[in-house]
Amino acid sequence: MSSQIDSLIAREYAAGFVTDIEQDTLPPGLNEDVVREISRLKNEPPFMLEWRLKAYRRWLTMKEPHWPNVKYPPIDYQGASYFSAPRKKTPLGSLEEVDPEILKTYEKLGIPLLEQKRLAGVAVDAIFDSVSVGTTMREELAKHGIVFCSFGEAVHSHPELVEKYLGSVVPYSDNFFAALNSAVFSDGSFCYIPKGVRSPMELSTYFRINAADTGQFERTLIVADEGAYVSYLEGCTAPKRDTNQLHAAVVELVALKGATVKYSTVQNWYAGDKEGKGGIYNFVTKRGKAFENAKISWTQVETGSAITWKYPSVILQGDNSTGEFYSVAVVNNKQQADTGTKMIHVGKNTKSTIVSKGISAGQGNNSYRGRVFVSPKADGARNYTQCDSMLVGNRCGAHTFPYIEVANKNSIVEHEASTSKIGEDQIFYLKQRGLSAEQAVSMIVSGFCKEVFKELPMEFALEAQQLLGITLEGSVG
Amino acid sequence: MLDIKNLKASVGDKEILRGISLSVGKGEVHAIMGPNGSGKSTLAQVLAGNPAFEVTGGSVTYAGRDLLELAPEERAQAGIFLAFQYPVEIPGVTNAYFLRSAYNEIRKARGEEEVDPMEFVGIVEEKLKLVDMDADMLNRSVNMGFSGGEKKRNEILQLAVLEPKLAILDETDSGLDIDAMRTVADGVNKLRDKNRSFIVVTHYQRLLNYIVPDHVHVLSQGRIVKSGGKQLALELEEKGYDWLVGAHVAAGGSASSGQPVLSRA
Repeated sequence: MSSQIDSLIAREYAAGFVTDIEQDTLPPGLNEDVVREISRLKNEPPFMLEWRLKAYRRWLTMKEPHWPNVKYPPIDYQGASYFSAPRKKTPLGSLEEVDPEILKTYEKLGIPLLEQKRLAGVAVDAIFDSVSVGTTMREELAKHGIVFCSFGEAVHSHPELVEKYLGSVVPYSDNFFAALNSAVFSDGSFCYIPKGVRSPMELSTYFRINAADTGQFERTLIVADEGAYVSYLEGCTAPKRDTNQLHAAVVELVALKGATVKYSTVQNWYAGDKEGKGGIYNFVTKRGKAFENAKISWTQVETGSAITWKYPSVILQGDNSTGEFYSVAVVNNKQQADTGTKMIHVGKNTKSTIVSKGISAGQGNNSYRGRVFVSPKADGARNYTQCDSMLVGNRCGAHTFPYIEVANKNSIVEHEASTSKIGEDQIFYLKQRGLSAEQAVSMIVSGFCKEVFKELPMEFALEAQQLLGITLEGSVG
Repeated sequence: MLDIKNLKASVGDKEILRGISLSVGKGEVHAIMGPNGSGKSTLAQVLAGNPAFEVTGGSVTYAGRDLLELAPEERAQAGIFLAFQYPVEIPGVTNAYFLRSAYNEIRKARGEEEVDPMEFVGIVEEKLKLVDMDADMLNRSVNMGFSGGEKKRNEILQLAVLEPKLAILDETDSGLDIDAMRTVADGVNKLRDKNRSFIVVTHYQRLLNYIVPDHVHVLSQGRIVKSGGKQLALELEEKGYDWLVGAHVAAGGSASSGQPVLSRA
């Protein structure tokens, strides 16, 4: 019986506006010339063009994966444009000269870029339609030797680091979307923390899709040198459009000996309307490699996108390295998510923790897919997986696909899973205490997600909690 | 303050309340007794607005308002409190956060300022003493892993914090040993007030030794078959329900048989 938990009416998507600016956009279509043109437009050194071309040629031989538990009509890869950038060029490092319309956009999204209004303690790289429009706090970070800039800039300022680490965790041949990204990615964020340095502030990338009918391909590369520490945040929004847009990003993390990288995402791409029209296809490859005694921790709160397909993973390469994955994925209306992680234990005494919370409402379909692999040499490896699903209403789905492969006898792998449903009795109980149905659902769901929220940096945790409330708004009648 | 006239309610096709009339004055304590399946708990749930029950007839006026028109949260905000027979568990939500959210919603409805967590600690500490509870239970998830007695005490704690005008206690004594029942009853007694009315739903007379009612009503098959003073409860203790309701309903039945209890999906 669902007298209360009923049809779904999502609240207005607040970030769904379009910014009216002049843009340079390549004509639709993808071929080798387009790849060359992107590299030329970005004035890249030869090693980059070569790498892109190898990726493109490899991509031509690959097939779009259809093993995820999601459904969508065929994507016309020749129908999209592969490069779009705001026309007005900004001299590097001078945020004051960024197109005022773009500055306004970020302000509206709550991410002021100009000095006087900046967020305290957070450095932001603002990516607008796959191009970095500005990075804040650079001088402050430079004092610590930290490099934080757009990918395009890093190719010129630190080519040796880019050449060394680009593709070292996610090779261009990794999968269909990673190959596509490698061929055509236009920009992204780059970050290098030198040996022994603890980043004095949170670093963040804020992705904004604006242009219509363009594919979005960014690449983030974060390298934490020996003993370094960095906490990185990623946020994303897009306008409401009734066509689907492909977002195929790649994030690579490298944590060298004794380093720690903490990467948190609050993903709020436009999810499409109630009927499932429009929204972003978020097909993203995220992976980190942890060397000896290093630690990589992924925390994600996925509330947006029409389709989410991503598995932030950790290769536990070095002995005593640690990998963590904390995830909240929410689907409402007709959203689909197939998300999870891979923990690849290579080194000895490696440790991984997976905590996944999936919430399905409306006609949403949520799948957890996770792989835990323990190699023959990984003595003393340890994994703990906890995978909980919550259903709101009667028309949604929750699925769990754990893949566990253990090739070492001296390792321990644990998997726990549960499925629960928000009960009419829980909602009535809270209403009887004076809370509205929406407050009640929000409270129950926040409680369910608590273990993940506590991993997020403070400001982010609040945002995530609010976002969750908005996403589920209207999911009870 | 509360005026129930010929109230009828059903679950699905089954009519459970078949015309109940009852008036509760300010500051009065009314006990509702009756055998299993007589509709006692349904009456409590219907007054609180549980959507699992459909009101099919009659009227309820509360403080001059048509109660049946109000949503459950509006009833709560207007001062109606139901102490549940089966308090619900809410994992991951601390009792403190839950209590403060409820308290603030009710304050907002009264046009009062919300209180912050620090202020709230001061308020709740006073109330904890009433039900003999430790402050550490504020940091536990709502009713999670609580014993039966703790759950019931937690209900009375909420009653104390939310300060309703009409408190409905639904089988608050069920599942409690004598000491736990005494603690709960003591808490309730301290909350009795000339401006606060109580409806105490119970199967057994023993609770009424501690919470002494002004009026006692006996329910059978969805109707009030007898009303009287507190001595009526003693009479029931002695004679059972048979003489009032006929042997056909008094025979057998477990504690919850026939009681419309919300399912835990």
